[in-house]
Formats: sequence, C-alpha cells, structure tokens
Amino acid sequence: MDTKPSSSATDDPMRLTRRFSLAQAREHAIRLCLLGCALASVLTTIGIIYVLVTETLIAIPPNTAFFQQISPLEFFTGTQWTPQFEERHFGILPLVTGTFLVAGIAALIGLPIGLAGSIYLSEYASPRTRDIVKPILEILAGIPTVVYGYCALVFVTPYVLRPIFHGLFGFDVKVFNAASAGIVVAIMIIPIVTSLSEDALRSVPQALREAAYALGSTKFHVSAKVVVPAALSGILASFLLAISRAVGETMAVAIAAGQTPALTLNPFRSVETMTAYIVNVSFGDKPHGSLDFKALFAVAMTLFVITLAMNILSHLVMRRFREVYQ
Amino acid sequence: MSAGTGKTAMNVLEKGGRAASRRTEKLFEWTCACATWFGLGVLVILLLGILWQGATWLTWSFLTSYDSRHPTQAGVLAGLWGSFWLVSVAALVAVPVGLGAAVYLEEYGKKGWLRTLIEINLSNLAGVPSIVYGILGMAVFVKMFGIFQNHPKVLEIWLPFTTLEIPLPFGRTVLSGALTLALLILPIVIVASREALRAVPSSIRHASYAVGATHWQTIRHQVLPAATPGIFTGIILAVSRAVGETAPLLMVGAAVFVAATPGGIAAPADVLRHPAGLLEAPFDPFTALPIQIFNWVSRPEPEYRHVAAAAILVLLAVLQVFNIAASVIRSRMRKRARW
Repeated sequence: MDTKPSSSATDDPMRLTRRFSLAQAREHAIRLCLLGCALASVLTTIGIIYVLVTETLIAIPPNTAFFQQISPLEFFTGTQWTPQFEERHFGILPLVTGTFLVAGIAALIGLPIGLAGSIYLSEYASPRTRDIVKPILEILAGIPTVVYGYCALVFVTPYVLRPIFHGLFGFDVKVFNAASAGIVVAIMIIPIVTSLSEDALRSVPQALREAAYALGSTKFHVSAKVVVPAALSGILASFLLAISRAVGETMAVAIAAGQTPALTLNPFRSVETMTAYIVNVSFGDKPHGSLDFKALFAVAMTLFVITLAMNILSHLVMRRFREVYQ
Repeated sequence: MSAGTGKTAMNVLEKGGRAASRRTEKLFEWTCACATWFGLGVLVILLLGILWQGATWLTWSFLTSYDSRHPTQAGVLAGLWGSFWLVSVAALVAVPVGLGAAVYLEEYGKKGWLRTLIEINLSNLAGVPSIVYGILGMAVFVKMFGIFQNHPKVLEIWLPFTTLEIPLPFGRTVLSGALTLALLILPIVIVASREALRAVPSSIRHASYAVGATHWQTIRHQVLPAATPGIFTGIILAVSRAVGETAPLLMVGAAVFVAATPGGIAAPADVLRHPAGLLEAPFDPFTALPIQIFNWVSRPEPEYRHVAAAAILVLLAVLQVFNIAASVIRSRMRKRARW
C-alpha cells in the first residue's frame, strides 16, 4: 500500500517537514502497537513451551525437573502408573493406551460417518439440504464437551452399551468405560471431519467429474473412484486433525472413561487418559513442586508433543493437496 | 444418472450386473444421506434426553440460589455470575489484542519470515488441547512461576472511593481464569477478524488513499467500520466457545463449591448498592456454569444427575442466545453489503 503523504511543496517547507515526521511517527507507533498484538500469540506458544520444558526437562536451579528425578526410559516404557501409591511407578503407557483406545473408538465410528456425510453434502445434496445440515453441524460442534460427558455417563452407558453388550453378548460393562467416552468423542469429531472433508471434495475440479461421466461412469463411480481419491490428501488431513482433537479431548473423557490407569484394550473397562489424569490431579490439592505434581507436566508435555505432531502432519498433507489443484 | 445407458463399454455389462450396480448406487446414496442426518438425529435425542432428565428441575429458584448439599436446593447463581465475569474479562482482553493482531496481519504485515512465523504459530495454537492452556494459566497467572511463592504480595491501588487490592500472584481468582480463557480464544478472534477484514474490497482502501488519508486513517475510518459485522460474529463465536470451556478453568483452580458471587454482585441492582464490587470481582474466587455441571455429574447421588441436566439446559440456552445473535448479524450483513 502506498501510504507516504505526497511531498508536493507548499509555501513553508520547514513546517511541512515537521508535520510530515509527526504524522509518520504516529503511523509508526500504531504499527508497532499492532505488531505487539500479533506477537502476543507467539508469546503464548513460547509460554507453553517454557512452562512445559522447565518443569520436565531443564529446571531453573533451586527446582528439579521431572526427568532429572525419573528416567525418561522408565517414563516412556513403564507399564504401571501409580504416582499416588506408596510404591511409586511413573510409566506412562497405561495413560497412552487409554488415550488411544478412546481416540481409536472415536475414529472408528466418527471418521466413516463424517466422510460419508461430506460425500453426500458435496456430491448429492441440494443447496437447500446443505443450508439445513451445515447449521446443525455447527450447533453440534458448539456443544460444550462437559455436556457430551454427561450424555456418555447418563445415556450411552445405561441405555445403549448395557442392553446391547451386556444383555446380548454378556460383556461386563462398567459404569465408567472407554466405549461410552469413545462414542461421544466420535459425535464431537463428526462435524470436524464432515466440514473439512467437504471443503476438500468440493475443491476437486469439476472437469474431473465431467470426464468421468463422459466415460460412462455412474454417480457412485464418480464419487467413490474419482472424487474421493482426488481429494484423498485433504480427507486424510481432516482425519488427522479430528484424531488429534480426540486425543486432546478432556472433559467428556474425564467424566465418562473413569480414573483407573489400566493397560487394557477392553473398551468396557474403566481407563484413564492423559487428559483425564491432568484434570484429576489438578482437582485434588497436590503440593506444588512435589513429584506427582511434576508428573502432570510430563504428561502434558507428552500430550502436547503428540497433538502438535499430528497437527503439523495434517498441515503438511493439506499443503500437498493444495499444491496439486492450485 | 443416465450416463451408464449409452452405447459404450457399459453395454458389456449383463442385465444382472447392471441391476446390482443400480442397487449399489442407491445403497451408497442412502448410506451417505443417513450419515449426514445422523448428526441431526443425535442432536434431537440428546436434547430430548436432557429435557427428560432436567426440565422439571429447572425452576426460578434453581436460577437464583447457590449450590447446596441438598440436591433439591442446589442452584446455578454462583456459576452464572462466575461465567459472566470470566467471559466479560476474557473478551475485554482478547478482543482488542486479537483485533490488533488481525489488522497487523491483514493490513500491515508484508510477506516475510515474521508474518509466516505468526501464521504458522496461529494454526498450531488452534490445535493445542485446551487443557494445555490450563497448565499455562496455572503456571503464569495462578502461581506466576513461583516468584512470590514464599512471600505473596498485595499490590494496593488507591482510588477515590476504594482501595483496590491486587494479590500477587493472582491465585485462584476470576482474573486468572479470564486471562487463561483470553489466551484460548485469541486465535479464534484473530482468524475470524482476519476473514472479515479480507472481505472488505480493496477499492474502498484505494478510494480512501486517493483522497489523502494515511494508512491508519484508512483502517480506522473505512476498513474497520466496513468489517464490523464480520468481526462481531467472530467475537460472539469466540465468546460462546469460552462459555463452555471447562478443563482450563479446573486447572486454574475454579472452586467447586462457592456460595458467593464475584464482587458480591448477585443481581444487576447490587451494582448501585455496592459499586466497588465491580472492581473487586476480578480478584474473587469463582466457579462457572460448566464447572458446576462437572461437579454435579461426578457426585454419586442420582438426584444430582437431574440438577446437572437442568444446569446443562441453562448452559445450552445461553449458547443458543449467542448463536442466534451471530446469525442475525450475519444475515443483516449480507443484506447491507454495498459492494
């Protein structure tokens, strides 16, 4: 943008220079102020990394960091998580399997439904249908996660899981279980998958569809064999983002999945996820600086790194997709 | 589609094959349609279920009483006012900063490493789990890195009618919670404001420059007013996100059982009686509506399930008001657009 006031001379050149510099100073000050606002978000990231690193990796002298007391090897390969017991074990594997058990159930249910919905919206639905469905998805995406947790505990377990899996198949379905949490997290990620995948599907050039029709393809063939493969990396990116959201989901899981760190793949048992552990510790009154309290930061660090890696991967995949069609 | 009936390779298909493929066609379309309407089905079932559990518990006294050890007497007054203060203070912080950042990125920032850095950072922040923000808030605002660990201070600010006492570190106060929420919604405000600014056509800017306005004058008097409805929609969405957030507030120490409202203001009229309460409120302990729901859900007594359902109805009603406001502004904006 061309912002410099024109330098056409008037009667008093000295005065003009002065006014000119004042105006410029003002513009400059405003610009700096706005830059400061923009850097606030960078400061947030630096703050997060600083807090996590100083509590887990390198402490500032009087304090000691978590990994200076517990070896990373024990932390990442241990199969017992019992910070509150007499005999302490800090093995994060039960929390990680709990997290991925819930996220896996959510992905298994949520991703196919979300993808099918996005195919319908992009290839089959009339604009009117889309105008009805999109706000509904927005509402679903806007429901607070604590509400989903309530629904998992009060509706999903007693009225869906118990009658089917206990009544028909004889599984022992606990009050708190990974399956109910996974189901409500699936409902939470469906809007994400649907809207992001729909964007990807719609940005596939119309020419590809027309070429396929010209070769005698039916609508199903065009959707499933031309459009979806063409948008595959966009769809994958939406899947990754949704799974990372499921991994970082807290309240629904803390309410419905329970508080038992167990190394299990049984979806009807109570498990504890990384996020649920963080919430439960902060809820109790653990003294700041104690080892259990620091374990919280180590778990948070693991969670942060996992979700960050998935988000970055998702962006890389998405960028490849954009490069193909733009 | 009639494309398959042409005299092409499709002719080699036998009759049975074609019928099967037509069945696949229908089946696929139906499956996808069902998946699309699945969301609506779930929404309706959930709402009906919550209504069934909580509707009879949602009374006027539920809205006007504090939490109680007796389920029948429990209410959401403390949570409502807590949420109100949290969200107001958070918006007061996040909106100016977020708007400033958006203006910088859209109107000033040249393409370069700094802008790329900020953009990458924003897209990553949007994916950080909210509980990690809670940890940041706990370390920075509640404990202030432990600087004042052994000798907490109280910063006194003398005002004509009252003395403002600011505890350092902030501790488990409304201010800590609100600042944490502000960090959480900052990326949302920035992204939404940027979109609104981008929608303002550059001809408006050029016209303003042409009559001699400076860069800032152009932004202040032309671009920002034109983008206001879009910015407002973004702010409302960000605020409604903040209303429902639970995990970060638990981390910064939202109290579960509070029988007082921030600043002692339990009704708008209290402001007149005790105006200093407005300044004291940010430094009071707090609870919030979603925190109360979490607490009631975790109670073993079955009656609290109904109390939680009633509180969820209140929360959803508040969110619905925000949604309606956002969509009204959006539709007005479409009608009013002059370009």
